[in-house]
Amino acid sequence: MQADAGTTEPRIQVSNLTVAYGDFVIMRDLNFTVKQGDIFIIMGGSGCGKSTLLRVLVGLKEPAQGTVTYRQGSLWDVDDEKRSAILRRTGVLFQSGALFSSMTLAENISLPLQQYTSLPAKDIRELASLKLALVGLSGFEDFYPSEISGGMCKRAGLARAMALDPDILFFDEPSAGLDPVSAHLLDELILELRDSLKATFVVVTHELASIFDIGSNSVYLDVETRTMTASGNPTTLLETTTDPLLRRFLTRGKE
Amino acid sequence: MQRPDTNSPAPSCRVSAASGALLATLSGPWLITSPAPAPDASPAALLRALEATPRPARLAFESSGVTGWDSSLLSALRAVLAKAAATGVQADLSGLPEGVAALLDLAAKVPERKGAARHSVSEPFLERVGGLALSVRDGFEGLTEFLGDVTLACLNLARGRAVFQRSELLSLIKQSGLDALPIVSLISLLVGLILAFVGAIQLRQFGAQIYVSTIVGIAMVRVMGAIMTGIIMAGRTGAAFAAELGTMQVNEEIDALRTFGFSPTEFLVLPRMLALVLMMPLLCVYADLMGVLGGFIVGVVMLDINPMQYLTTTWQSVPLVNFWIGLTHSTVFGVLIALAGCYRGMRCGRSALAVGQATTSAVVTSIMSIIIATAVLTVLCEILGF
Repeated sequence: MQADAGTTEPRIQVSNLTVAYGDFVIMRDLNFTVKQGDIFIIMGGSGCGKSTLLRVLVGLKEPAQGTVTYRQGSLWDVDDEKRSAILRRTGVLFQSGALFSSMTLAENISLPLQQYTSLPAKDIRELASLKLALVGLSGFEDFYPSEISGGMCKRAGLARAMALDPDILFFDEPSAGLDPVSAHLLDELILELRDSLKATFVVVTHELASIFDIGSNSVYLDVETRTMTASGNPTTLLETTTDPLLRRFLTRGKE
Repeated sequence: MQRPDTNSPAPSCRVSAASGALLATLSGPWLITSPAPAPDASPAALLRALEATPRPARLAFESSGVTGWDSSLLSALRAVLAKAAATGVQADLSGLPEGVAALLDLAAKVPERKGAARHSVSEPFLERVGGLALSVRDGFEGLTEFLGDVTLACLNLARGRAVFQRSELLSLIKQSGLDALPIVSLISLLVGLILAFVGAIQLRQFGAQIYVSTIVGIAMVRVMGAIMTGIIMAGRTGAAFAAELGTMQVNEEIDALRTFGFSPTEFLVLPRMLALVLMMPLLCVYADLMGVLGGFIVGVVMLDINPMQYLTTTWQSVPLVNFWIGLTHSTVFGVLIALAGCYRGMRCGRSALAVGQATTSAVVTSIMSIIIATAVLTVLCEILGF
């Protein structure tokens, strides 16, 4: 189930990125490119700043230095309106799903559609049903997030992230808190969506099974040196790397 | 927790020295629930023996008499081994019960991370004052930023470009208006009763009972109605806003809104503020009426005032300007409560503890700002001559 390398058109270019909370530097000197059709893995041990990097990529946290460039422009050098236009072409699945708890699943998915399209309510409802069906939640339109399981919340979150048919989908720890079978099914879903929607994926994870199953490209963030120490296809990295820390990570500490 | 049974045998650790080597003989139950070992047979005695001069060369253990062990033995031994390492005594763990040595190894495997342990350092006075000043400045900056966001959102609303859900506004109006009626009724009625009672006791001495209606009317309509609804809404709705937004923050829902390009200020703060600003004056008018009703009950039942006379006096003696002053108060309170609740909620940290703190400080901030605003408005009215 090794993923293809994807075509060469760059979707996100990160250069010289430094991320900090006040004076405390989380990561420095990040350089990488996410290409069209990639399933790009951001991996690293707990606390290395994977999720913080994701927050920078999706426009939630301003970097201390460096640029994040999408096809439509540099994310942090444009005004709010332009940034929001760039980000409208992306979708984010948060760790817990982050569904709006006061709305039903269908309403959750309809929200961006109501805002950014002029479709009649009936069509929006049908689109919402379709997205839910794509993630295997047909019939759950009128359930509230508190009434379904954690794994279902995650899939519903994915359906909501896909609401506007984004070019790039971001996942924060998709398999966290899922049983192995559900995690595997989610991976399969990601691969299927990549092939059918021609979307690009950026996945933050430390789940090795997922990394090797779906990853076509990756960066490894090192918690000690606070920067990226390796990048490339995870399987190739496992075969070629000599970095002892990365080897430990990729082999679950067995080497 | 099981209490130590005083009748059960105590563990012991006897130390014997022979030709420069220490032998610690452990026996009895080394369990958390066991009583403390006797002073001369405790790990403390072993620690002292390790420091004795001449320094022993080796430390060995004998543990065939141990009838049971748990973390209490490990913890005692860990201290002993640390002391042995510090004093340069070679410790031989082979005489310990099976598993103990392995667990001690495990605990010693990863060295203590340097600088990770927290030490409480007493900061010098000036540093504390400086830190406080900086945090006040940060808080002020955060508040100004929030107020700026809210102002922009209001401008967008005026231009008809604000993005929020009309259905949510309606449900917020119901929550903060209709659902608050029972408690507002009860409290305003009682406040009216209390005012009338207190007034009646004094006024009866002069046979001026009829002025109870004036006291209750002016007090309720001019300021008490607004203050009482304000305090009720601060505890009821302001707290709910803070808790709701705080939980959304914890649950990453606010981040999710941002990634869709929605402004959380427009989407979440604006409808809450609108709902309160619309509902507070209405609730205030209602509270005024309930307060006057409270006074009416006392006047008619206790003071035997003619019901019609009571109402006419109230009507004639309360200038209409008081009514407008009361409405102004309540509108201002509505803004303040919504701002305090939403501000604390939006700035909430990402833990259950933070949500609690946000809620608490939302209520404290609203009630404080209600009282301060009342003082300011009263002075203003005085200056303007109302």
